[in-house]
Amino acid sequence: MTDTTFSRRELLRAAALAGLLAPVASCATPAGPAPSPAPSAGATSRDNPLGIPEDRPFEVVIFDGGFGDAYARQVHQPLFAGKHPGVRIKHTATKEIAKTLQPRFAGGDPPEFVNNSGAGAMDFGALAQDGQLQDLGPLLDAPSWDDPAVPVRDTILPSAVEVGTYDGKFCVLNYASTVWGIWYSTKLFKENGWEVPETWDAFTALCQTIKDSGKAAPFTYAGKHPFYIYETILTLAAKIGGAEVLRNLDNLADGAWKAGPVVTAAGAFADLGARFLMRGTSGLDHIQTQTAHNKYQVAMLPCGSWLENEQKDTTPPDFGYAMFPLPSFTSSDALPYGTLHSRPGEEYFVAARSANPLAGVEYMRAMLSKQGSGRFTEMVSTLTVVKGAAEGRTLTPGLTSAAAALKTAGPNVTYFRFRQWYQELHDEVAAATGQLMAGRLKPAEWADRLQRKADAVKADSSVKKFTR
Amino acid sequence: MRFRPAARPAAFARARFVIGFLALPLLLYGVYVISPYAQAFSIALTDWRGVSAEPRFVGLDNFRRLSGDGVFWTAVRHNALLLVLLPVLTVVVALFFAFLLNDGGPGSGGVRGARFYRVVFFFPQVLAVAIVAVLFQQVFRPDAAGMLNAPLMALGLEPVGFLADPGVALWSILGVLVWQAVGFYVVLFSAGMASVPRELYEAARIDGAGRRQVFFRVTLPLLRDTVQVGWIYLGIAALDVFAIVWVMTAEHGGPDHSTTVMAAEIYRNAFQYFKFGYASAIGVVLFFFTVGFAALALRLSRRERIEY
Repeated sequence: MTDTTFSRRELLRAAALAGLLAPVASCATPAGPAPSPAPSAGATSRDNPLGIPEDRPFEVVIFDGGFGDAYARQVHQPLFAGKHPGVRIKHTATKEIAKTLQPRFAGGDPPEFVNNSGAGAMDFGALAQDGQLQDLGPLLDAPSWDDPAVPVRDTILPSAVEVGTYDGKFCVLNYASTVWGIWYSTKLFKENGWEVPETWDAFTALCQTIKDSGKAAPFTYAGKHPFYIYETILTLAAKIGGAEVLRNLDNLADGAWKAGPVVTAAGAFADLGARFLMRGTSGLDHIQTQTAHNKYQVAMLPCGSWLENEQKDTTPPDFGYAMFPLPSFTSSDALPYGTLHSRPGEEYFVAARSANPLAGVEYMRAMLSKQGSGRFTEMVSTLTVVKGAAEGRTLTPGLTSAAAALKTAGPNVTYFRFRQWYQELHDEVAAATGQLMAGRLKPAEWADRLQRKADAVKADSSVKKFTR
Repeated sequence: MRFRPAARPAAFARARFVIGFLALPLLLYGVYVISPYAQAFSIALTDWRGVSAEPRFVGLDNFRRLSGDGVFWTAVRHNALLLVLLPVLTVVVALFFAFLLNDGGPGSGGVRGARFYRVVFFFPQVLAVAIVAVLFQQVFRPDAAGMLNAPLMALGLEPVGFLADPGVALWSILGVLVWQAVGFYVVLFSAGMASVPRELYEAARIDGAGRRQVFFRVTLPLLRDTVQVGWIYLGIAALDVFAIVWVMTAEHGGPDHSTTVMAAEIYRNAFQYFKFGYASAIGVVLFFFTVGFAALALRLSRRERIEY
């Protein structure tokens, strides 16, 4: 008990101390709210199109999570140093971004380059609201690392620009390209003669077949983190009703959660939850369900393309990871079979009020080179937003399957952004969806409840609103 | 009149001595305990999101929002439930164990292996809260790998969603909290029982009192003060619950807010939603709840001491 007392106090103290630091630091440093955009005058050259000072150091902070930080030390930093040998890079890796950096932001001494990721990431809405995000527009217009004739903008997926835009300003680089789908073992499927389903009826029939076979449970998801399943539900909703279904959710449009396609998709998954889930699903986390999958205890699992890398130490060598896109719900779906949820993810930004922001922007330019992104893909089995950077690289089976699915999907790619914009809404959707899958909420009640939360967020004047 | 000139420097010297010793601790206490609390009050009046150097003053807006926040009231209800049940269960169980260990006073030696049990009971106290939480996550696992569910499933019964079923989760948490707290109070009550004069027990025995009567007529009345102290500690602990809930439960206080408590809502609002102003407002409310409870408990427990 003494410990719980301590943790609460500790956290109150942390909050209050940060408050104490803020005014002190703002007196101590000359950093005004608006830094001059670029001390670049006259210094641009072919090798230095942004005109960064060649003698000033800068700091790179990497989130040490699923990707580790080796890619930054072994790929991106040497690449950068090759062009700017005089610029010293200070490398910091942390598992707790906010705890490490938040006092520095509040105190006016942020690092230049931040990989803001993980459960302890800083809130982008709050950062944007406070003007802490450097405008990355110049990066898009700068010549690309590999070919001075081609601007960076043309080398990356357009969705990366859209997703990184806050308030009409491109200021967050989403580097990794995550593909979502339903993952399975090609070995297990082949052995049992199970086929990848393309329609919802075929999908439920397959679930029934698997259930009847007694060899594995048909379906599971990370029950403790219902995000995994609400993402899938919303993708189905977009397939049924079109991409604007998700845009309405993001924009907190009136009645968006009660729209037909959303409720239909929720109903389809509630039915799946009632009939085909692995026992205990609602109490298991992502690692536990993924391990059950690797042990052939369950046949199918919705997840993102980081799955293979995350499980690489426990996957049987002949497992044969592969994914398939969500089956079509009916023949009159708004989006065709093959539609994927794919979203540029893994966020990086440059701190606008740091000492040397341009160096951070230049570092991003290095990351977006063919070399930087291709080797990243190889090291962490994850595609990037750089077009074609994975070509000619050796990819793992799951990643190969994801890359192929993405190619097939073409322009039929959906995503939503309210998770990044309104964390509170995300938490409520997750909580309610867990109840939906457990049969404790009917689809209509689920929709009502989420509509209420969306309306509450919309009415909360302290939360900055975004639209797309 | 002659002693005065001598007394004054002595009093002054003593005061200087006391101040000299207390100044540093008081300063540290002021900086690290009082001032953060005071600042929480002022942050609670802003809509600060944690990254800006210029928080905006919004008056009592956060408190107004709080009054209409369903999740916050759910958290308050859970804290209230724990406030009632955690002390009752812990004290009853701890008294029972302590009495068994001591069995009516020194001399009788208690049950066989009492020393061993004392160590076992105290053991949870030695573990860090985070470890306890992680441990019990495994105990409560809802599949065949869970310690409690494995035998159930072996018998062909449906596994219980100890942490997955919103109707059960808070009770599972309560169980862990009691498990974790009991050891300390067993030791505390044992010490209290050991200080009860042996003659009282002997007299009771000679008068023909059984174990039950000895406990209710002699041990419990004489332990009253100790039990009361334990009660207040446990009450504050119940208002303070955080780490067990945060680490153990799905969605940190879930599923679906079914285990959330005020401290968890503070943390969530501050470090997940970056609404530091709002989180501070919850902190202020929790502060008043805790102070109110402590004042009430101390007042109700005021009573003549039994001299023996």
